[in-house]
Amino acid sequence: MRHGKYPFIIGFLAVPVALYAIFVVAAYIQTFQLSVTSWSGFGPIKYVGMANFEKLWNDELFWKSLRHNGYLLLLLPIVTIALALFFSFLLNVGGGTRGGVTRGIWGSKVYRVIFFFPQLMALAIVAVIFGRVFSSDKSGMLNGLLPASWDPWLLMADERWALTCILVVLVWQSVGFYVVLFSAGMGSIGEEIYEAADLDGAGKITLFFKITLPLLWNTIQTGWIYLGIAAFDAFALVNIMTVDRGGPDGATSVLAMMIYRNTFEYSQVGYASALGVVLFFLTLTFAALTLRVTRRDAV
Amino acid sequence: MSHITNSELDRRSLLRRAAAVGLAATPAVGMLSACVGGGSEEPAKQATGTKSADNPLGLDPKAPVEIVIFDGGLGTKYATDVDTPIYKKKWPESEVKFSATQEIATVVQPRLNAGDAPDMINNSGAKMMDFGAIVAAGQAQDLTDLFAAPSFDVPGKTVAETLVPGAVEWGSYNGKPYAVNYSYTVFGLWYNATLFEKNSWTVPTTWADFIALCDKIKAAGIVPFGYAGNNAAYYMVRALLTSAGKIGTEQVLKDIDNLKPGAWTAPAVLEAAKAWGEVGNKYLDKSFLGLKHTEVQLRQNQDKLAFYPCGSWLENEQAKDTPPTFKYAVAAYPSVTTSDKLGAAAINAAAGEIYFASSKGKNPRGGMEYLRVMLSKEAAKEFTNLTKSLTVVTGAAEGVELSPGLTSANEALNKAGKEAFMGYLFDTWYKKLNDESLSAVNDLMFKGGDAQKFCDRMEAASQAVAKDSTVQKQTRS
Repeated sequence: MRHGKYPFIIGFLAVPVALYAIFVVAAYIQTFQLSVTSWSGFGPIKYVGMANFEKLWNDELFWKSLRHNGYLLLLLPIVTIALALFFSFLLNVGGGTRGGVTRGIWGSKVYRVIFFFPQLMALAIVAVIFGRVFSSDKSGMLNGLLPASWDPWLLMADERWALTCILVVLVWQSVGFYVVLFSAGMGSIGEEIYEAADLDGAGKITLFFKITLPLLWNTIQTGWIYLGIAAFDAFALVNIMTVDRGGPDGATSVLAMMIYRNTFEYSQVGYASALGVVLFFLTLTFAALTLRVTRRDAV
Repeated sequence: MSHITNSELDRRSLLRRAAAVGLAATPAVGMLSACVGGGSEEPAKQATGTKSADNPLGLDPKAPVEIVIFDGGLGTKYATDVDTPIYKKKWPESEVKFSATQEIATVVQPRLNAGDAPDMINNSGAKMMDFGAIVAAGQAQDLTDLFAAPSFDVPGKTVAETLVPGAVEWGSYNGKPYAVNYSYTVFGLWYNATLFEKNSWTVPTTWADFIALCDKIKAAGIVPFGYAGNNAAYYMVRALLTSAGKIGTEQVLKDIDNLKPGAWTAPAVLEAAKAWGEVGNKYLDKSFLGLKHTEVQLRQNQDKLAFYPCGSWLENEQAKDTPPTFKYAVAAYPSVTTSDKLGAAAINAAAGEIYFASSKGKNPRGGMEYLRVMLSKEAAKEFTNLTKSLTVVTGAAEGVELSPGLTSANEALNKAGKEAFMGYLFDTWYKKLNDESLSAVNDLMFKGGDAQKFCDRMEAASQAVAKDSTVQKQTRS
């Protein structure tokens, strides 16, 4: 049957590869091409060499946006993974061992479903809802909890806290998925390992750090990369939730927001493409670095 | 099968693929603009006819014409029920292909680039196209012939002569008209006439009166002045620059539009920024920075906010939230100094809502004729009737029963007389500068009111645009 192998494989791959080549690879190549032009989005293209990248280097908002992406990149994976590990540990192992079977805390099956709910909601809806939660006046959910005589917290309207509000929503939205992912990972850790550790007198904390965490490492690594990529995006939340889209005064601007504005509002597709190219290399570097740094020998 | 069971290899390549999926966000730029670099080729064959007194634009009476209307606050009824029937009555053999969309750029921009342009386009809404870029790319039809043609239903006058002063200039780029700005919007301080009557508050004409009244309003437990910082800061930019225009005439605003060095640091702008910055410091509710325009407008409807800077579309926009006792009225911005060059009644009224004929379409002459129909007195009157907004056609609102707000706007216009001025265009010409002005004005009004900082920051941004060779420049005089 070997002679039938290639037609078989080609038959399966032709359509997806063609789709990928047209809608992803070709678009990438075009983005690279456009990044060295001054194209406005209309009419003929003029090549300008590296001028867009030079402009970018001197653009204050670019560095500001980059810092904001960096902030999210640093905190989003750490906070999300820490919370998700904590919850999934409680859901799976937190109840201790009974009759030789480790189990989660009481009601863990229900919690597992509830944790997943945020993942089911479209990001745009999440953004609108949290816009109400963080509203800067008394009609906001958080401010509504304050005593009537207090001045409202400005939250999204305060440049010191606006980006943190975005981070909170991102974490809230993603934690559920990683709880499920880590739960699945924990489920595949053998009972006998926990049992053995239990017999040796390990407490819950020791169980977590000596057994669960090392055996879950590969899953965590995957999660880290996904979350990092999400931190490079954050466009939908910034676009819908923030004051003046990326404000107040640029306090929540991110690269994706800049790309959108330059393309669709400032008619500077060339410049936006240059930003896109930078984002491409940043994401690639991040993924490669994460894979390298977190590499571990198999346990 | 060994390559499948090698799980370590498998997992790592899976991770790499995961990373690649995340990267898919980037090429969206190239994808969404579609048909990159199009529009440079020769246009398709265009329909023309012979010019005559009856057919001043020389269109082909049999050629179909395609129009695209923005389906927003103005609706589409004025096009389908008024303009098209009038057009069809005159040109029964020309088919009118009508479509409406809420996303003009998404629908029309790829078609412009692909050389398949509709003939007449209403460029408006949140997804409007950058019109300066369209003109620069040669996609918009020169409308000189249209404005020089005889009016559709006012005998003895050209189209241009039937319009309010400045209407043609408003759609001109480097001296040539490319757009019809159809609606006419009066900007000022909007308030509830009933509330003011009840408290016997009188509308201020000087800044001292304005401040004194704000104190009284504040004492009554109402926020004296406010706007939505979240998405409507441009109302505040307009208020500030209108004051600057009143202090130093429209020339101040022309300098700003022309990116003249020192335009933003001119004494008139600084004076206006100082005056408004003080209002921001004392009378603005700081939490408004996080609110959207609908939320702030609702507060005004609930009499929790006295003055709101806006345009005359406000009444129509709020129609369903306005209680029956609430009567919209508009006041001109008070004079900032006693030596203002324009009078206290001077008002900013601007033409807006761009309609243009595409130069690369199949029937640009038909598109222009459709515009001529829109600019007829009959069509304009019906437009005001249907949409509750004024048009640039002079006297077209006569005989239309106007709402309280629109009546007030009309009165304010009459009071201003020759001192009604169009204002500025930099916000549509240079979107980036516009965005900077939104951030800067929010900073001024909500975060301390440093007028000098506002001026310096805008000056720097304006000069950065002036030096950027990739931005197409416009001038006005």
